[in-house]
Amino acid sequence: MARIMYREAIRQAMIEEMRKDNNLFLIGYDVGRYGGEFQLSQGMYDMFGEERVRDAPISEQGIIGCAVGAALTGCRAIADIPFSDFMAMCMDQVVQQAAKFYYMFAGQANVPIVIMTGLGAFIQGGPQHSQSVEVWFTNTPGLKTVVPSTPRDAKGLMKTAIQDPNPVIFLGHKALYALKDEVPEEDYSIPFGKADVKHPGNDVTVITYSLMVHKALSVAAELEKEGVSVEVLDLRSLVPLDKQSIIQSVEKTGRAVIVHEAPTNGGFGGEIAAVIADEAFKALKAPIKRVGAKWAPIPFPSALENELLPSEADIEAAIRSLVSSGATVD
Amino acid sequence: MKSLLQYDKGLVRQMYEGMLRIRIFEETQSRVFRAGEQEGFTHLSIGQEAIPTGVCLNLNRNDFISSTHRGHHHMIAKGGDLKKMMAELYGRKTGQCMGRSGSMHIADISIGMLGANGIVGDSNPLAVGAAYSSKLRKSNQVAVSFFGDGASNQGTFNESLNMAASWDLPVVFVIENNMMSCGVRTADVCKALMFLGDRAAGYGMPGFNIDGNDVVEVYDTVKEAVARARRGEGPSLLNCMTTRLHPHFEGDKDMRTKDEIKEQTRRDAIANFEARMVKARLIDENEMKSTRQRIQALVDEAVDFARNSPRVGPEDAMKFVYAE
Repeated sequence: MARIMYREAIRQAMIEEMRKDNNLFLIGYDVGRYGGEFQLSQGMYDMFGEERVRDAPISEQGIIGCAVGAALTGCRAIADIPFSDFMAMCMDQVVQQAAKFYYMFAGQANVPIVIMTGLGAFIQGGPQHSQSVEVWFTNTPGLKTVVPSTPRDAKGLMKTAIQDPNPVIFLGHKALYALKDEVPEEDYSIPFGKADVKHPGNDVTVITYSLMVHKALSVAAELEKEGVSVEVLDLRSLVPLDKQSIIQSVEKTGRAVIVHEAPTNGGFGGEIAAVIADEAFKALKAPIKRVGAKWAPIPFPSALENELLPSEADIEAAIRSLVSSGATVD
Repeated sequence: MKSLLQYDKGLVRQMYEGMLRIRIFEETQSRVFRAGEQEGFTHLSIGQEAIPTGVCLNLNRNDFISSTHRGHHHMIAKGGDLKKMMAELYGRKTGQCMGRSGSMHIADISIGMLGANGIVGDSNPLAVGAAYSSKLRKSNQVAVSFFGDGASNQGTFNESLNMAASWDLPVVFVIENNMMSCGVRTADVCKALMFLGDRAAGYGMPGFNIDGNDVVEVYDTVKEAVARARRGEGPSLLNCMTTRLHPHFEGDKDMRTKDEIKEQTRRDAIANFEARMVKARLIDENEMKSTRQRIQALVDEAVDFARNSPRVGPEDAMKFVYAE
């Protein structure tokens, strides 16, 4: 095992795959000479040259469109859009083009691209640079969407993403890029649609993903001291979704708290809650709780980020509301 | 206007029959569609035949074209199978896209036709990508992007032309300028309409403003553009003035004035080409008649094939969402 940063894990996955296939290229502004706005492609320009690590103009539609057109015609592509907020600039290429061709053309050609982008706040980036935009993609058939929380998951999921013959939205997290943790040294990949129990427990299931996994783990460690056993289930993959693991865990604990950084209202937590209510209803001892951001754009001052975004205290409060006496249904 | 005698006789015939194949297919399609034999919408290319005919006579089977919501003439000019096309329009399983894409998304990747595209302007980045792929794989393939004057005002036009020029990509951008953006007269919303080819200079590539209803002028201009692209000298922009004779979609309001109709008739690509062929003694009335009959028979055969093919069913709905 090696201890590497989350960004280095992604970088290794890209390098390993690019070494195997000369028709795989990376494109985006700053991916080349600059090494990536979040250093995801450091050194790759020198390794692979300007055609395969392509510095693009600031033209998101053109970048994704170029990736899609190349993928339809014998190449594969990774497109780097540094801030996931900027995906708004190229939603047509993702949703109307990439997601639809295999279906519209009845399998004549597929679109093997990875759109690699960075979710989230906690970098004091301000309202246009801090959003968690996963739901922009999770309701579009034809796309797959993954959200790694650790270096190990990031590398494994990026490998699978590059190898997947479909368009994959790879959602890193900007505040996780510098997180260091253990990553296997051998070649490995992590399949989509498989959640991961990051901390086993019996009293409450916390279903979460991306940066919130770490806050949930921190809360789980604290509550363990009081004898409250929290299971933290890291989804890792939103589409496809590991419903089985969600249901299995809730059937064990009977209590569910869903945590994501995106606003609670209209967030992916609603989807998870509906799945639980539909398929694990009898196991529930208490209502399903969601913890997400409050309903406002996220301004740069950390005092306001901390007010609006879900905190350890919010997660703890939600868990306690389900385990305290009177909260459960017998 | 050059004399047709300067061209190989076979090529002249290909130009003529290429345009006729489109015209007769589209007029037949118009009839069967208006008779209620197909579902959905259809956007016909009647009047715009010369452009893809002139373009595709310069392309190999494995060269790429990207297209628009009005893409039948692109498919036909690129060598699309008429039976499979008609079956596709009829929503039958024997269509190129197994009947599910219909008129607006008709595609045949095996002949480099990257699909009619329902989003105005999206043929451009797609062609840029195909050209990028060609360059990376060193395959010497060329990509042609067909789009309209309406699409030239999309952001994708800006991004695509800049990228293609910056990286010397082997792509030819072809504007089918029929001066209509859906029901809007583009001249009212686009000051540069009559000389859109001049935008090329702003991106750092050669640009042309030509008569898109003169199949020979299209052929000649594209020949040079394709040669340039294959030599690695990068993209070109061609603004081809043409005429759309039917409304935006079949069944839509006809916005043309009497004068416009008169002008369109005067500029008819096929009638004018026939006159040139006759003048050069390359064809006579009988041959023109028999050629039309022969092509009509082929199209009628396609309609029969479509009518007799199995329809798509519910069992097809969930297929091809994801590739394995």
